[in-house]
Amino acid sequence: MKAAVIVFPGSNCDRDMKVAIEQSLGSSPAMVWHGDTDLPDTDLIAIPGGFSYGDYLRCGAIAGNSPIMREVVKRAAAGVPVLAVCNGFQIATEIGMLPGALLRNANQKFICKDVNLQVVSKNNRFIGGFEIGQSVRFPVAHHDGNYFADDETLQRLKDEGQIAFKYADQDGMVTEAANINGSCNNIAGIYNKAGNILGLMPHPERLIDAQLGGLDGKIFFDNLINSLS
Amino acid sequence: MTEITKEMVSEHGLSESEYEQVLNILGRTPNINELGIFSVMWSEHCSYKSSKKWLKTLPTTAPWVICGPGENAGVVDIGGGQAAIFKMESHNHPSYIEPYQGAATGVGGIMRDVFTMGARPIANLNALRFGAPDHPKTRHLVSGVVAGVGGYGNCMGIPTVGGETNFHASYDGNILVNAMTVGLADTNNIFYSAAAGIGNPVVYVGSKTGRDGIHGATMASAEFDDDSEEKRPTVQVGDPFTEKLLLEACLELMSTDAIVAIQDMGAAGLTSSSFEMADKGGVGIQLDLDFVPMREEGMTPYEIMLSESQERMLMILKPGREAEAKAIFEKWELDFAVIGKVTDTGRMVLTMGGDIVADLPVAPLAESAPEYDRPWVATPRPAPIAASDVSAPADLKQTLLDIMGSSFIASRKWIWEQYDHMVMGDTIQRPGGDAAVVRIHGTDKALAITTDCTPRYCYAHPQSGGAQAVAETWRNLTATGATPLAITDCMNFGNPERPEIMGQFVGCIEGMSEACNALDYPVVSGNVSLYNETNGTGIFPTPAIGGIGLLEKSEHMATLAFKDAGDVILLVGETAGDMGQSVYLAVVEGREEGAPPSVDLAAERRNGDFVRDGIQKGLVTACHDISDGGLLVAIAEMVLAGNCGANLDLAPDLPLHSLCFSEDQARYVVTATAENAEKLTKKAAAVNVPLQIIGTTGHNGLNIEGRLSISIDDIRAVYDNWLPELMSAPK
Repeated sequence: MKAAVIVFPGSNCDRDMKVAIEQSLGSSPAMVWHGDTDLPDTDLIAIPGGFSYGDYLRCGAIAGNSPIMREVVKRAAAGVPVLAVCNGFQIATEIGMLPGALLRNANQKFICKDVNLQVVSKNNRFIGGFEIGQSVRFPVAHHDGNYFADDETLQRLKDEGQIAFKYADQDGMVTEAANINGSCNNIAGIYNKAGNILGLMPHPERLIDAQLGGLDGKIFFDNLINSLS
Repeated sequence: MTEITKEMVSEHGLSESEYEQVLNILGRTPNINELGIFSVMWSEHCSYKSSKKWLKTLPTTAPWVICGPGENAGVVDIGGGQAAIFKMESHNHPSYIEPYQGAATGVGGIMRDVFTMGARPIANLNALRFGAPDHPKTRHLVSGVVAGVGGYGNCMGIPTVGGETNFHASYDGNILVNAMTVGLADTNNIFYSAAAGIGNPVVYVGSKTGRDGIHGATMASAEFDDDSEEKRPTVQVGDPFTEKLLLEACLELMSTDAIVAIQDMGAAGLTSSSFEMADKGGVGIQLDLDFVPMREEGMTPYEIMLSESQERMLMILKPGREAEAKAIFEKWELDFAVIGKVTDTGRMVLTMGGDIVADLPVAPLAESAPEYDRPWVATPRPAPIAASDVSAPADLKQTLLDIMGSSFIASRKWIWEQYDHMVMGDTIQRPGGDAAVVRIHGTDKALAITTDCTPRYCYAHPQSGGAQAVAETWRNLTATGATPLAITDCMNFGNPERPEIMGQFVGCIEGMSEACNALDYPVVSGNVSLYNETNGTGIFPTPAIGGIGLLEKSEHMATLAFKDAGDVILLVGETAGDMGQSVYLAVVEGREEGAPPSVDLAAERRNGDFVRDGIQKGLVTACHDISDGGLLVAIAEMVLAGNCGANLDLAPDLPLHSLCFSEDQARYVVTATAENAEKLTKKAAAVNVPLQIIGTTGHNGLNIEGRLSISIDDIRAVYDNWLPELMSAPK
């Protein structure tokens, strides 16, 4: 199995993503520069977190127009799995790979901490390591993670099983108080309709060994790599 | 040419005698550009004219020190061909005037100091001091500074892993924002700033030069008054995205051998970087200012030389390597311009539009910079305050809650949750412990990093306070199991022209020196910020110390959280029980009086070495140093971190409030299994380390038989809520 990580000017979780993939895959992903127009043959495309283009204009807006993203969109349409984390999720919504938008956090502040997430919809490729309804812990680190979509879209996400994760409390319950950033319906991550693109604000690549404080991220990547191998 | 008048000289912050010296050096009247250059080069900020005499007395060497003070940052060998490069720097005045940009550019500046030497930054910390919580400006400043620190560091993708925050009325009109960066480099690829190679190109890279920050260094060298708001235009504006590109481009170029020397453009911008490079290399530099990338039209030589626009670097390349270097900077979409060359004249010659706009001798200007032996008076050590001079708590539970929910102790989580403290994936001890711990990527090693200073101790008795600040960082590092290596100091003081302020500076330096010597813990970099006064009132003397230590095996790291029920709680070190300058005295009686705790450096070393050895041998399950608030506060913090209670049995050889809340130094709380507690007890006896068993972990809440019974939730509520409530209270 082969993986590729897209690197934009201002990406800063690209190395973390690479380390997480390497740990589960046993080999290194290709690091692909934003200005490239060619994407190597790959079974997984990861769009990492960071501040692509300094978040100028809007988070993800400029990266969405970079040469490599045209290729990413094409591959995704052809069914290649895409993991879009944090700024990657913002980029994916900006170019319409995923519905909705990510607004400024409701408290207007950057938030960095571990959060609990409830695993919502079945999608073995991405979350086969977890049970539906299970609570998992990933860190968040964002200023603009407040997921917004119109009511019709939200209903469709729900009906079609496109909601991946919701912010939950320490008991795994989806509550208003657990909604750290004001997201519609506590949404922390979603799939596209075909189920081959996962966008999520939390960072599974940050909890991949016990020294870092948890292993849920490792379970996530182990499953992802296994399911694609 | 503009005529130089007396008023212009004084507006440039030069004294009459300093101007006399300018005339002597030049043998003529300077032009306005030259006057501006002298003004910033001889400002307190750039020349250290009041502090130099005393800074020279600090110990700066050890076998593991690769580069001490004088370069952009200090360099320490951490083995395996790698070095830690670090420094702390102040950005106080700008942060008071414009908190977001002031703090952000402070963070940006210190990161440049570190990566200019070839290191990839791996951790940021910040030491912040704000005014009283209820001062009308405090919340505005806290919120702006925290957003600025986060805004810059988060975008750069460097984790902000720790620091400290104090609140005190002495900072009402003059907050302190001290930023520290630690970077990692290969020992065979460290870059210095001495220009060399006659004819070599002088290259400007990074952002374009604008009119921002002109005279920032001069502003930083003067007191504030009520009109300080008008100085807003002298505050620089930061762009962390550009700095991220600059970081990657510099490191990419540094992986080749094209660079002879490199220096970031910080305070006093192009002036100070070019002069320092020329002076260190003993060469001259000729610059053609027409080639400087400019953001605005019509900039004068004066403005170009004094601008403090951010995210810029100056470097000397090897001949013929320009094209290769340029390609790298173009890939990162940054400006790259050859703006001059190294000469053998020993002079800085600046031309613009074909005219010579400044022609100054480098060495005399740098070396004849004024150096003052300012008059000073020592602060006498106040009388101690014994436990019997302080009332015992009427209700121990309420007293503990008052202290845990006070501005001194309460959780700073509201601050550090706004900082990305996990990016780069190596933060194995997050904020909230004694020291942050960051793994050395791809190795078993880790660095422990901390900042500390207790300004109220320094004010009461500078010498004790200076020693205590150094010792506390050493203890913080030790409490994680790390071997302390070296420190950076950020010396924040008032107006040095007042003898009592100069005395505070001298006293702190003396105390720091003693501690550094006793602990084999030298100073390798630092920064001095004087004139931290508003309308004639100085801040508390604040020598903020940033320390780093090495864990050879990261799995040996200790944390403060209580781990398992049934562990034995041990107190390491001696409790004398004096209450002077304690948090208890301030919170319970509203008194900030008396002598600060005395610092016994031999005991520090002995107790610390004992604790570290116990951690590294795996005998210890949790460890926390005892500082602000004393023993009971330390234990409450361990309870909260581990969500695990404790039952204490304190020997009644001292009054209970003194046992619980005195701030005696050289002490730690450690936990161990019953079996290992016995081993530790034997070892302690063998090396004369005072050690006593004071309780066990794992009970329902925090209890002292017959005296205290309090639930974890009750402590957590006051501890966690103080800062969020302060920040969200209606105006």
